[in-house]
Amino acid sequence: MQHKHTLSVLVENKPGVLSRVTSLFARRGFNIDSLAVGVTEDPTLSRITIVVGGEDTSLEQVAKQLHKLINVIKIQDLDPHEMVDRELVLFKVNAPPDRRHEVIEIANVFRTKVVDVGKNTLTIEATGAGEKLAAMEDLLRAYGIKEVARTGRIALSRGLREGQAQG
Amino acid sequence: MKMTGAEALVRSLENAGVEVLFGYPGGVVLPIFDALYDATSIRQILVRHEQAAVHAADGYARVTGKPAAVLVTSGPGATNTVTGIANAYMDSIPMVVFTGQVATPVIGTDAFQESDITGITIPITKHNYLVKDAAELPEVIAEAFHIATTGRPGPVLVDVPADVGKREITYKWPETLNLPGYKPTFKGHAKMIKQAAQLISKARKPLLYAGGGVLSAGAWKELKELAELMQLPVVTTLMGKGAFPEDHHLFVGMPGMHGAKYTNYSITETDLLIAVGVRFDDRVTGKLAAFATKAKIIHIDVDPAEIGKNKAVDVPIVGDARYVLSEIVAELRKMNAEPRTDAWMRVIDDWRARYPLHYHHPDGVLMPQHVIERVRELTKDRPTVICTEVGQNQMWACQYTHIREPRTWVSSGGLGTMGFGLPAAIGAQLGRPGYLVVDIAGDGSIQMNSQEMATAAIEKLPVKVVILNNGYLGMVRQWQELFYDRRYSSSTLAQDCPDFVKLAEAYGWHGARVTEPGDVDAALTAAFAHDGPALIDFRVSREECVYPMVAPGGSIDEMLGGIPGGPVSEMLDGELLEEVWE
Repeated sequence: MQHKHTLSVLVENKPGVLSRVTSLFARRGFNIDSLAVGVTEDPTLSRITIVVGGEDTSLEQVAKQLHKLINVIKIQDLDPHEMVDRELVLFKVNAPPDRRHEVIEIANVFRTKVVDVGKNTLTIEATGAGEKLAAMEDLLRAYGIKEVARTGRIALSRGLREGQAQG
Repeated sequence: MKMTGAEALVRSLENAGVEVLFGYPGGVVLPIFDALYDATSIRQILVRHEQAAVHAADGYARVTGKPAAVLVTSGPGATNTVTGIANAYMDSIPMVVFTGQVATPVIGTDAFQESDITGITIPITKHNYLVKDAAELPEVIAEAFHIATTGRPGPVLVDVPADVGKREITYKWPETLNLPGYKPTFKGHAKMIKQAAQLISKARKPLLYAGGGVLSAGAWKELKELAELMQLPVVTTLMGKGAFPEDHHLFVGMPGMHGAKYTNYSITETDLLIAVGVRFDDRVTGKLAAFATKAKIIHIDVDPAEIGKNKAVDVPIVGDARYVLSEIVAELRKMNAEPRTDAWMRVIDDWRARYPLHYHHPDGVLMPQHVIERVRELTKDRPTVICTEVGQNQMWACQYTHIREPRTWVSSGGLGTMGFGLPAAIGAQLGRPGYLVVDIAGDGSIQMNSQEMATAAIEKLPVKVVILNNGYLGMVRQWQELFYDRRYSSSTLAQDCPDFVKLAEAYGWHGARVTEPGDVDAALTAAFAHDGPALIDFRVSREECVYPMVAPGGSIDEMLGGIPGGPVSEMLDGELLEEVWE
């Protein structure tokens, strides 16, 4: 079965660890859809959030191989129903003065922010889960999206599980 | 205590219990070699090529179970180790490879003899380190040896920049290690172990399938105990050769592409495959969909990623083979389980009698298999390590040697590295000084690292090289004969170039040439009796093939060559089989 998976990988915060993790995916023939890395509440640890598609069985094999990396401490294949996920996207959209208000309206409807106004463009900062961002991108496309930058998805499992894990 | 990084490195090797270091110096590692000049507790072997240093450490580890150290310089020194490291990684052999690196301020500037060796070796090491702070050296080295030797063993690389070796530090060997992400599972799951024992006690046609993991876990006693307790037939893979005595009545050969027919038939017919320290490699399984289809599978391995990787299993047990096997034996004893394999053994023995390994032996023709049989017979009463190169020589050695002692078989399995045998034999001789060490070689493979004849001569390591010289890259030629219409593209060497006897003599070795079957014994006896290294150039039948053979991607019970028979469904003796099923 093919599925998109969101892997939350807790690693030691050391040089080179990210490249060990990502090269493993490349080596095993997986294309990473999105990747986000940052330090956790414990400064010696980083969390890598990876969104990747592929056969469930071969993904299980990659997760096992990932576990073998000495710097990897914990891997969670997050359940889409039991996680909170967010991504931040910057859209630079064509917005000549006569159509500017339409774009601003879209930004407002999605509760996003206009962070830069140019002569013929607007840049919008949008945060949210994947579906909302995709819907917004769809609407903005009509105006012409000039550039997009994404942070990649970050995610955490919902409260209950974390509490259980600690208990 | 104050000392330089280089001195700390040497001190750490001593603390880690390293007895042998294989090395080759160069610019940036001179501080370390300088520190080694005073280290008397470590035997230092100067090889003639860095690849050979790694293979020698590999051979040493295979026969002793202990890791050796390798020390080479940066750039080409480091990249020359890559094949050796990949070989050790594929076969799960412990070692720690130290590479010099350019000084920290110039890393990343394409400095002279700079290469990103940690980047290059990520996929072929269990772990690697670039040490930028000399104070970390003792801890890194302690971790490196711990990681290399525990869990599923493997090579670890430590990259040491030039300035790190020169800096002064306060030395402290760590008492505990901080490796939060590394906790290999040792004990198998108790419930799974019980389930395995239940299945074993009930099976009518069980088969033990043992590999290199049995050797790395030191589990051969437990394996034999289980086999004898329940009278289980045993096959061992190329990597597992020696894990079970090959002259034992329960031994059923090596499975796979060049396994005996009776071995492959046994796998195809078994109802319970007990896999221990194996990885269902394609050279063993052939067509996966047709492999052991009648069997439930128990898979014991210390690496969870191996379980279910190629073949779905019924009872997965992650743990140390020695621990798990002894627990299964204890469980079976508790159950008062009795062997039920009498009829099954008779089926196997019937196949064994009807489809033995065999080769044609025309009068007056020197056959490669015959040479190996004579090596086997002439070393019967003498502690011997058999090493091989890769290719036909290796497959015939698999078929015709009878390894009876664990860790006396040294052969490149997963990577299939030509040129492995001679340097590995040098390492093996250092690991087992009292043993006769024989490298069974081809004329192609031996030329990939023949420069190491100098190392053996100078270090007084009396290894014996038996070249099965057919003037071809024999296995390549065999595939071209079978699958490429006999178009021998780039596979023809020359039997008389080089003149191997002169080559041997050039290095101060004993050299001899044999062209007649009648001269084999005398030549081998003389070489084995010689107190230094010796080489014999056996001019064997040129176009002999290794048989039987499973065609690539084929089902393992459908084999080319050998005594006609197969697939297994047509090969069963009806009466005997009924008895098994009673």
